[in-house]
Amino acid sequence: MSSNKQLIDVVMPQLAESLVSATIGKWLKKPGDAVEQYEPICEVITDKVNAEIPSTLDGVMGELLAEEGQEIQVGSIICRIETTVDAPAAGSAAIASSSTGTTAVDHGNAAGISQDVASRSRYSPAVQTLAAEHGLDLRTIQGTGLGGRITRKDVLTYLENGGSAGHPTSQAIAPSAPQAAPVSQPVSQAQAAPAVLNQAANEPVRHSGLHLTETPRIPTIEVEGGDRSEYFIDVTPIRNTIATRMRQSVSEIPHGWMMIEVDVTNLVQLRNKIKNEFKQKEGVNLTYLAFLMKAVVSAIKDYPIMNSVWGVDKIIVKRDINISLAVGTEDSVLTPVIKKADQKNIAGLAREIEELATKVRAGKLKLDDMQGGTFTINNTGSFGSILTQPIINYPQAAILTFESIVKRPVVINDMLAVRSMANLCLSLDHRILDGVICGRFMQRVKDNMESYSLDTQVY
Amino acid sequence: MPVMEYIDAIRLAMKEEMERDEDVFVLGEDVGVKGGVFTTTKGLQEQFGEERVIDTPLAESAIAGVAIGAAMVGMKPIAEMQYSDFMLPATNQIISEAAKIRYRSNNDWNCPLVVRAPIGGGIFGGLYHSQCAESIFFGTPGLKIVAPYSAYDAKGLLKAAVRDPDPVLFFEHKKCYKLIKEDVPEDDYIVPIGKANVIREGSDITVIGYSLPLHFAMQAAEELENEQGISAHILDLRTLQPLDRDAIIESTRKTGKVLIIHEDNKTGGVGAEVAAIISEECLFELDAPIQRLCGPDVPAMPISPPMEKFFMLNKDKVKEAMLQLALY
Repeated sequence: MSSNKQLIDVVMPQLAESLVSATIGKWLKKPGDAVEQYEPICEVITDKVNAEIPSTLDGVMGELLAEEGQEIQVGSIICRIETTVDAPAAGSAAIASSSTGTTAVDHGNAAGISQDVASRSRYSPAVQTLAAEHGLDLRTIQGTGLGGRITRKDVLTYLENGGSAGHPTSQAIAPSAPQAAPVSQPVSQAQAAPAVLNQAANEPVRHSGLHLTETPRIPTIEVEGGDRSEYFIDVTPIRNTIATRMRQSVSEIPHGWMMIEVDVTNLVQLRNKIKNEFKQKEGVNLTYLAFLMKAVVSAIKDYPIMNSVWGVDKIIVKRDINISLAVGTEDSVLTPVIKKADQKNIAGLAREIEELATKVRAGKLKLDDMQGGTFTINNTGSFGSILTQPIINYPQAAILTFESIVKRPVVINDMLAVRSMANLCLSLDHRILDGVICGRFMQRVKDNMESYSLDTQVY
Repeated sequence: MPVMEYIDAIRLAMKEEMERDEDVFVLGEDVGVKGGVFTTTKGLQEQFGEERVIDTPLAESAIAGVAIGAAMVGMKPIAEMQYSDFMLPATNQIISEAAKIRYRSNNDWNCPLVVRAPIGGGIFGGLYHSQCAESIFFGTPGLKIVAPYSAYDAKGLLKAAVRDPDPVLFFEHKKCYKLIKEDVPEDDYIVPIGKANVIREGSDITVIGYSLPLHFAMQAAEELENEQGISAHILDLRTLQPLDRDAIIESTRKTGKVLIIHEDNKTGGVGAEVAAIISEECLFELDAPIQRLCGPDVPAMPISPPMEKFFMLNKDKVKEAMLQLALY
């Protein structure tokens, strides 16, 4: 293998929360095949979902370590992919990910060991017992523990070597790092650990304890994981997906944008009149969003081009109207799909919106809930926005946001009136859609929204 | 030697004991026709009949009470509590009657009873199907408590429990049922109650625990050995009451650094007693503060999957705790 080729292990991902293993269904790539990032490399079967495992990087498929039909533990290696990365960069990346990995579990329930960094002269009972038994002067022994602490093992190693401070033999954890002794700046354990390990391997080992009383040199530690002015947050798989999809959308799709305002006074009255009865009868909230969705779906039926995908040499218009609904959680946003939304009435949409939102917050979305969306609606008003410029949910043609409903003075027939107003914003794929068609579409949505009245049936 | 799952080993132990001794019988909710909610007793009623595999009403106090009465007149009942969470109505019977009958009658009576109950979470069972009940019974002299981690031990300890002349609580971890698969001999063997077992030899740190979390510790130990050269010594307590003091002390002396792990709450858990034994007996052998990694002190296992994940121990949490202790 040449120096700039590297074999990367691909492990069985955790496809669902409770999964301990999954079965390889079919290999889609054979050794020697070129593999692109995100390209499926194999199918897996679990008792919950059947899914494809995407490649995590570009490269060439190396050996397959799992056979079709074989059950593999989550986290076990299934194959290797050969990639051309220059070695040092990949090495440091690996270290970075491993060190963030250790800090990530910090919120566990372990009682943290006190992080005293000046532990050089604090001896544990075990160390004192051994020192007394063998008549040792502990000042002559090098400590490899936290903050330079002398561990029991240091003493045993010292004794094994016939009482000389140098040449620790096959010390398991860290050979010896006297310079790491009283470190004057507080360094967290997780950070200090790899640094001590790295340094110990490079530093020459002292042969006597004579110089230990010198002011210790403070080691230059390349600390992974931030400093006083910043700290790092792990990029979760979902964050990573959001980042990738957003970037793909923004870089591939030329976004156009427009906004209209809608008078929803009648809708507000209608909803106020029936919402309590609806809640009692159906057990779900009758939200404004359900009315908006109905209005949008009807408008899409009139302008089917809104429901399309750019296919480079053609425009693919989807016959089913499947509405992706952006649902935010504390740290992510997901777009579960309401399938065949055109075949549902307002009550049905309200029920489905509530079900999907609940699933998102409980982390119970299935793969199937996420697939097949053709047009996205985002209820940005729910977090108080009055104007947004949304990013299109790739590869759809447009995304519409429903902003806050605000009471405003409005001129009607040259008279001032107080009306409930809401903005609707639309981002559009300008390769497919232009201003005229979108203007008509938005006007139709507006008409639909404004034609709700106290007589409107939700069933 | 056949490879079998933890749950199969438990079933096999009951089957063998019922074949060996006519006095052994099983009772509990849905143990007969249905074969148990987890299929632990599947096939037993077909083989041994309705009189030796008894479907009971939904009344744990009655299950324990009937079993205690039968045991006192010479039968060898195996009472199943569907989940250890449901055991609480039976605590009065178990703690005040079964545990004390030998003492109270000055050795005239005894109570060779086994109570089997699945403990632990990780199956999205929420608060009524995920609790660890061991600390409720742990401080009761007169009871023996076992909690196997391996399928081999599950079979051997259950057979030992059936043959024991006194009441034994057998806590099986429901997440282990299908997770643990290993060689289990089909011959008649027992694993002695009261004996801990070293499941991994090592020299840097000692991990002491029981049941499911040891599975994580074994994986973590393997990784730490390969990645950092850290050598972990792991002791499976196997029996919680009485604790194997000698084994705990010996394992502590081996490294001077001890991490105790269990899924039950930290406060008042088995680990507290293990830590107390170590500090009573091993002060001058200790090289680091005794560490505990346990379930958090919250009232119950959450039903929400991310919250359950937070509550449960896993390989990464155990590995991190082991690493920190090794570096100390």
